[in-house]
Amino acid sequence: MKYLYLIFSNLKRKKLRTGLTLLSIMVAFLLFGYLAAIRQAFEAGVEVAGADRLIVRHKVSIIRLLPQSYEARIERIDGVDNAMASTWFGGIYQEPKNFFAQIPVVPEELFDMYPEYVVSDEGKAAWLATRTGALVGRGTMERFGWKLGDRIPINATIWGKKDGGQTWEFDIAAIYDGAEKGTDTSQFFFRYDYFDETRANGQGLVGWYTVRVANPDKAAEVASAIDAEFANSPEETKSEPEGAFIQGFANQIGNIAFIIVSIMSAVFFTILLVAGNTMAYTVRERTNELAVLKAIGFTDRGVLGLVLGESLALTLVGGVLGLGLAMLLVSMGDPTDGSFPVFYLPTRSLLLGLVLIVAMAFIAGILPALQAQRLQIADALRR
Amino acid sequence: MKDGKDTLVRVSGVDKIFKRGSEEIHVLGGLDLEIPRGDFLALMGPSGSGKSTLLNLIGGLDRPSEGAVEIDGQRIDQLSDRKLAGWRARHVGLVFQFYNLMPVLTAQKNVELPLLLTKLSKAERNKRAALALDIVGLSHRAGHYPRQLSGGEQQRTGIARAIVTDPTLLLCDEPTGDLDRKSGDEVLDLLQALNKEQGKTIIMVTHDIHAAARANRTLYLNKGQLSTEAVD
Repeated sequence: MKYLYLIFSNLKRKKLRTGLTLLSIMVAFLLFGYLAAIRQAFEAGVEVAGADRLIVRHKVSIIRLLPQSYEARIERIDGVDNAMASTWFGGIYQEPKNFFAQIPVVPEELFDMYPEYVVSDEGKAAWLATRTGALVGRGTMERFGWKLGDRIPINATIWGKKDGGQTWEFDIAAIYDGAEKGTDTSQFFFRYDYFDETRANGQGLVGWYTVRVANPDKAAEVASAIDAEFANSPEETKSEPEGAFIQGFANQIGNIAFIIVSIMSAVFFTILLVAGNTMAYTVRERTNELAVLKAIGFTDRGVLGLVLGESLALTLVGGVLGLGLAMLLVSMGDPTDGSFPVFYLPTRSLLLGLVLIVAMAFIAGILPALQAQRLQIADALRR
Repeated sequence: MKDGKDTLVRVSGVDKIFKRGSEEIHVLGGLDLEIPRGDFLALMGPSGSGKSTLLNLIGGLDRPSEGAVEIDGQRIDQLSDRKLAGWRARHVGLVFQFYNLMPVLTAQKNVELPLLLTKLSKAERNKRAALALDIVGLSHRAGHYPRQLSGGEQQRTGIARAIVTDPTLLLCDEPTGDLDRKSGDEVLDLLQALNKEQGKTIIMVTHDIHAAARANRTLYLNKGQLSTEAVD
């Protein structure tokens, strides 16, 4: 602790250079934090996906529908505990940018299949009693300032109504919260019976099935058995773990993790050069002073520690400021108006950020520190 | 002086060879020197005669190529680098020609630097640094940075830094070399007082006859050999 004053005093020596280096490091860690939140947004669904859940979709494409009759056949397969049909509604609330998922489901099946959607008993009862009722996630409720009982008009883009209309009206009957931080609370569920009776076409067809297996260790075998059940039929299926299904959606944009890691690697490499250059200059300019420190009794290791301490102070201040700023920006919410329903900076990313700060300090400082450590006092004082 | 009890510095058969590429430069050759405790010795000689090299060897800043350097009965040329650093911190005060103060630290913090290596509390370090500054007459400049001090004041701060740990030996390399006559005299007054009143053993390298006259005795170094007479 008694050396902190010396370390920070040395950093104040060239205020402009230190300031610019700090700014560079801060921006790097701001980017790191923000991109970590974006990566989390893409991967959140994968992380909270149930290990015991499979998604069964049309083998050709997710947009091809499956017969509703498959549900009973799936449930008869060994190892299947329950199956739930879902369909993509794809409606628009007021304007296209107000995106959120709307999915018709059978309420009892949803409650059973997704225990991470926490709904009060009153809410469950209200939804079951309201044919046009909707169960809406807390995130979407707060986003649009909706209240229980509000009637929400949604314009259909896929599913027109039998009466020729495109506007579906739903009454908010219940709200769900997430059991975990990463649970998506942006979804809008409504009743399948209302959907199937009101849509102009496609009766008896659904988008995909969520299947819960009795033993997660046998999920792969069950998936194969389901696909075998419908092999050579007009509507063949593709079954995969829920996590892989969600990852597949994210991968349609690209390998997000690879893109983010590539960007961050380039940024950190550049910042490492900046910080390393600053430390190298700092030591080179102070050869005489470092020799004096050794002359008055600082050991070689002591001087090495001082230089590494300066490097750590530089990256720590810049890095913590950057991570703090990233947390602040992330706390301001989803920057995409709904595409990232789960948007937060995970604790593990913060911890990784701190590890990166220390690593950057070490890598940027070690060569100048070794140079300072090896300094011969008499030679340096003669310069 | 031949009595080991009174001898603080004993340099025996010291050679110092510097290597410049394939060339070897013999700076000191078989040099012997004894300095009694409480002495104030001036070392004079032409540039390149090895004055500063000898001072560095006595101060443990460098090691002899051959021979022994014994301070207060301890062979410092045989100490490891780490132990030698600790020995310097406890036993040697260094005063440089160009002061060598840390520009980012105040006079008080500069003086306190050697005390960071001790186990003293912050309050005790402050107290001792203030006392050292008081001894050199710079209490009123404690909060000033080196750039805010005159050359003489900077050198007095350097002396305060050198004496703050109460070292056995004070080594001064051209302490008045960068000062005008008035400031130089003030610094020499101070060194004399430290020698006479506090019994500090001082070795001062200088080119200045006027400065050397303040010492108890003067030795001349020429071509790596010491003598009591100046050699033209």
